[in-house]
Amino acid sequence: MSTLTTLTAPEARDLLVRRELSAVELTRACLEQIERVEPYVRAFLKVTPELALEQAQAADRALAEGKGDPKATPALTGIPVALKDLFCTRGVETTSGSKILQGFIPPYDATVVERLRRAGAVFVGKANMDEFAMGSSTENSGYFPTRNPWDLERVPGGSSGGSAAAVAAGECLLALGTDTGGSIRQPASLCGVVGLKPTYGRVSRYGVIAFASSLDQVGPFSIGVEGTAMLLQAIAGLDSLDSTTAPVPVPDYRAALQGGIKGLRIGVPKEYFVEGMQPDVARLVRRAVDTLAGLGAVVDEVSLPYSDYGLATYYIIAPAEVSSNLARYNGVKYGLAAVDEPDMFRAMEVTRQRGFGNEAKRRIMLGTYALSSGYYDAYYLKAQKVRTLIKRDFDRAFERFDVLAAPTSPTTAFRLGEKVNDPLAMYLSDVCTIPVNVAGLPGISVPCGFDAQGLPVGLQLIGKAFDEATLLRAAYSYEQATEWHKRRPLLAEQPPAAAPAG
Amino acid sequence: MALTPQDVDHVAALARLGITPEERERFAQQLSVILEHFRALQELDTEQIPPTAQVLDLRNVMRPDVPRPSLPREEVLANAPRQENGYFKIQAVLEE
Repeated sequence: MSTLTTLTAPEARDLLVRRELSAVELTRACLEQIERVEPYVRAFLKVTPELALEQAQAADRALAEGKGDPKATPALTGIPVALKDLFCTRGVETTSGSKILQGFIPPYDATVVERLRRAGAVFVGKANMDEFAMGSSTENSGYFPTRNPWDLERVPGGSSGGSAAAVAAGECLLALGTDTGGSIRQPASLCGVVGLKPTYGRVSRYGVIAFASSLDQVGPFSIGVEGTAMLLQAIAGLDSLDSTTAPVPVPDYRAALQGGIKGLRIGVPKEYFVEGMQPDVARLVRRAVDTLAGLGAVVDEVSLPYSDYGLATYYIIAPAEVSSNLARYNGVKYGLAAVDEPDMFRAMEVTRQRGFGNEAKRRIMLGTYALSSGYYDAYYLKAQKVRTLIKRDFDRAFERFDVLAAPTSPTTAFRLGEKVNDPLAMYLSDVCTIPVNVAGLPGISVPCGFDAQGLPVGLQLIGKAFDEATLLRAAYSYEQATEWHKRRPLLAEQPPAAAPAG
Repeated sequence: MALTPQDVDHVAALARLGITPEERERFAQQLSVILEHFRALQELDTEQIPPTAQVLDLRNVMRPDVPRPSLPREEVLANAPRQENGYFKIQAVLEE
C-alpha cells in the first residue's frame, strides 16, 4: 500500500516536478494524517493548516510555471515540513516548548525559516520539544509529552522529539530540529528516522531560541538520507546575522551522496560501547559496521580517552550558557509576566518560578552556580579546558580516519515516566552524542535495525568539521545496502482509500 | 560537594528564580548529586591546556558600519506584557 505521506522527500519532489502530484494534494494528505494520528502521537504544539495550504497553492503555481523542469523551482517546493517550536516564525506562536513564552508571536523569521520559505517549503506546524531544548525525551515540554509512533507508551527521545515523531508518523516529509547534546540524533535513533547535526557554524542560529550558544546547531530530519541532504542544502551557509556561522562554501550535498565508500577509513571509538548499553544496540551497531566494511570501507578500532569526561564537561558548559540565555525571560519584553507583583525583582522571581519547568530551573541553577564567584575556575573554566582535550581526541582520530562509527543512543526508546525523576539517568541517554557537540563536529544517525521489541536502533556516524559531504555519502551507502529505511511504524500507513465492500 | 539549602537560596537569588521550600530541599539534593558526579573533572591535569570558548577559529567577525532598517516599534512592543507611550512598562526598580 503506497500512500502519499509515506513518500520520501526526493520521491515527492520528483512527482511534484513532473506534475503527477500537486502540492495541495500532498499537503492535504499530511494534514489528514496529522488529524488522524495527533490524538495519539501529539508531535505538534501547533498545526498551521491555513498557512500550509496557502504555501502549497503558491508552490503549485510555481511548479506549473516550471513545466517539468526541476531547475525552475527550488528543491523543497511543496514539501511539507515541521518546525521545532524554537524557530521564530513570523506571525506564528513560538514557545520553545515553555509556558514562559506562551502566546509569544515573533515579529521576524529565523534565518533558516526564511531560507525554507524561499525554498518553497510548506509549514504544517510547530513541533513539540523539551522546554528550551533541555531534555532527552520531550517529557520536559511545558505542554504535554510526545509519544513514539513505534510504541505509544514510549518516548520519542528529545529534545526534538516532536520533529522526529512527526516524520516517523508520516505527518510531514521533513522536519527541522536542533542538537546541542544529541537532540536531533538521539530522537532520530529512537524514532527510526535520519537526523543530522551539522558542524557548529554550518547553519545560522539567528532567530533560533537559544539554549547553549557554543553548542546549539540546527539540522534536518527525514526518511532516507537524501531528504536530509536536500534540507541541509536549503539551510546551510554563512549568515551575516549570525557571527558564529563560518565562511565555508556549501557543496552540493545531494550530488555528494554518490560514489560509494570503497577505501573510506572508518574508526570505531571503543569508549562509546558503554557499560550498561542495551545488548541489542551494541550488536546491531557492530553489525552495521560490518556492513560498512563489506561495502569496501577500511574499519579499525580507535580510542578517544577523554570521551568519559564528555558528560561532565557538557553538563557544566551547557547549563552555564543557558543560565545566561534564559535570563531574558523576566516578564519585561515578552512572555509570561507577574504584573501584579509590586516589586520588579520579586516580579521577575515569580514570573520565572511560574514559567519554567523543573529541568529548566535545575539547569539555570547549576549554570549560575558554576559561573558564580569562587566557583568559576573550578567548574566553568575547567570544563572549557577539558573541552579542548575532548576536541583534540577527535582531531587525532581524524588524522587516521575519515569517519567514526558508534551507537547513537545506549538504549532504544524507554517508557514515559521511566527516567523523568532521575536527572542523571536521563543525562546518560546522550553519552554517545554529547562529545560530538563539545567538539563542534557533524554527526548523523541512520536506522540500523530493530531490537527484540521492534524498537528502532540508530547508527551514528561522526565526521570532520565541515565534511558533511563525506558523512552523508557514508550514511547513504549504508542505507542503500540495507532495508531498514523502508520500515515504517503501523501508525504511518494511512487507512485504505476505500472501505472493503460488503 | 554538597549544596546546602542556603547555597540554593543564594544561587536562586542570583538567577532571579523564585523557589518553594520543597524545591529548595529537592534541588539541594539533586544538584549535589550532579556536582559530585562532575568532580571527575578535577582529576585531570589541565595546567597547560588552553580553554575552548568556541570551536571555530573565528575572530572579530564584523560588518561595515552601514545602517539598515530595524524592526518597527509597534512590532517590537507587540508582545510586551505592559507598555506605555512606546516604552516597555515595568514596576519600579529604584526605591524612593
